[in-house]
Amino acid sequence: MMETTELNKLSWQLRLDTLDIIMAGGGGHIGGDMSVMEILTELYFREMQVSPDRAEDPNRDYFILSKGHSMEAYYAVLCARGFLSLEDVRSRFSQFGSPYIGHPHNTLPGIEMNSGSLGHGLPVAVGLALAARMDQRPSRVYVVTGDGELAEGSNWEGFMSGAMYHLDNLCCIIDRNRLQISGGTEDVMALDNLKDKLSAFGWQVVDAMDGNSIEELHAAFETARKTKGAPTAIIAHTVKGRGSSVMENKASWHHHVPNPEELSQIRRDLLQRKEACAS
Amino acid sequence: MNNTIPNRQVICEVLSAHAETDRDIVVLCSDSRGSASLAPFFKDHPGQAVEVGIAEQDLVGIAAGLAKAGKKAYAASPASFLTTRSYEQCKVDCAYSGTNVKLIGISGGISYGALGMSHHSAQDIAAMSAIPGMRVYLPSDRHQTKHLFEALLQDTQCAYIRTGRNPVEDVYSGADCPFEMDHATLVRDGRDATIIACGEMVSPAKAAAEILTAEGIDTRVLDMYCVKPIDRAAVLAAAEETHAIVTVEEHAPFGGLGSMVAQIVSEACPKRVLNIALPDAPVITGNSQQVFDHYGMNAAGIAARVREALA
Repeated sequence: MMETTELNKLSWQLRLDTLDIIMAGGGGHIGGDMSVMEILTELYFREMQVSPDRAEDPNRDYFILSKGHSMEAYYAVLCARGFLSLEDVRSRFSQFGSPYIGHPHNTLPGIEMNSGSLGHGLPVAVGLALAARMDQRPSRVYVVTGDGELAEGSNWEGFMSGAMYHLDNLCCIIDRNRLQISGGTEDVMALDNLKDKLSAFGWQVVDAMDGNSIEELHAAFETARKTKGAPTAIIAHTVKGRGSSVMENKASWHHHVPNPEELSQIRRDLLQRKEACAS
Repeated sequence: MNNTIPNRQVICEVLSAHAETDRDIVVLCSDSRGSASLAPFFKDHPGQAVEVGIAEQDLVGIAAGLAKAGKKAYAASPASFLTTRSYEQCKVDCAYSGTNVKLIGISGGISYGALGMSHHSAQDIAAMSAIPGMRVYLPSDRHQTKHLFEALLQDTQCAYIRTGRNPVEDVYSGADCPFEMDHATLVRDGRDATIIACGEMVSPAKAAAEILTAEGIDTRVLDMYCVKPIDRAAVLAAAEETHAIVTVEEHAPFGGLGSMVAQIVSEACPKRVLNIALPDAPVITGNSQQVFDHYGMNAAGIAARVREALA
């Protein structure tokens, strides 16, 4: 298991890998990739019981990327975790006939369910968590949603059923970067006060005020694991496009592909952040 | 009518019987356990039953999650809602993700009669068949329904099964119900014309063939309960061996059984194919039989269409 400082450093390397994948494929959802990175890093390298050698183990933890468009970040994580080859993903992402498409596809190792259309992950996660409880398996189920995604009504059906069945083996992490493709979430379809909403739905809610902090996320997951009788929602307050001033907090970077100047600036910034991490 | 047992009740009986020994069978309802005749299952197997409330998207998503974790998920909800409200979950969470979810559309077609078009599912064959990897079954009577569910319990792919609300006339008997998975059942053979029907239309198709045969028109009847994967060989044999084909379905006139049969016949062995279906409009108010009679979806209407096809 990796420690906080190592994970922090790893998250910056994974951002660099993500950038490479996007540039190789000629497109991707860079803004959300960068905001969700610490969430995925903490999950895959410390929190979750998953690994390539136990991909079919019924006692493994389950992960669903409901905001499936953050696939490039997910590829970077799956590669670093040994499920996929970074070289292969980089050379074939989005290419003709490639298995590496722009959303999760479960013919690939390590990916449980297909997503892409928003609002699907949470109900599926409820089903996974119910099955684990029926079979008395220790599996925990983690689902990452976007914040703009929560305008899809199916999520709220999932929040109702998760609470109804007291699924304390279920954890929903919301990548609250406050931006979606058309602009701010509060301007497009207001979501605040999210914590009150989720609490009212019967969920244990943890605000990770810095959702890009490995340490805060670690503490939030610990709370989720200790919570009994209710599912936990972690509202991870993240920064869209995190890692470079070129793209941070800019809705236009939802799926913008950097031009050569932007690319070199972003790469410099990410490298600098990585090197600034204590090793 | 002698039979008083609706097909949905048979589904409950088959699932209940297997649930005794197969703990992986899970039945899900969306406040629909009564209308699905699944209340006995919920009562007898509470640990294998999941109520999701009036939330069809959640119903199918949860079913897919259960199936992903190894369960045999049977999600039952009115066909109208299951195939339109949760269409995307059927497509993405079931078919695309490859989960073993059996989607049971109850009170299908125009079973709900006077409740109106919101409750009718005259689009479900077209919609569900168009999803890659989704199979579509419309069993004709209670005996065939039993065989179909026994077969579905043995496989691991998703499927959509539409059943009606009311008891239907037996086409087969308990002792004599030939069934081969994904092969049309030859209800009766004939050399002049073929009627290809599915679901509740098989019974009037059989009656029509009896009328026609008495007139000297030797009429074959195929029960195409497996609308997808359609039994292509049986369709082609009918086109080759008889002079015309009439299809009958409780469905919109587009994208259903008639469209599929016509596509196969026109490709490989052109013959006249006439379709009998519901109109491209909200149907007239009435119970199922009144609606069928109004649109000629009964023995006399089907027989008339066969004569027209041969003329």
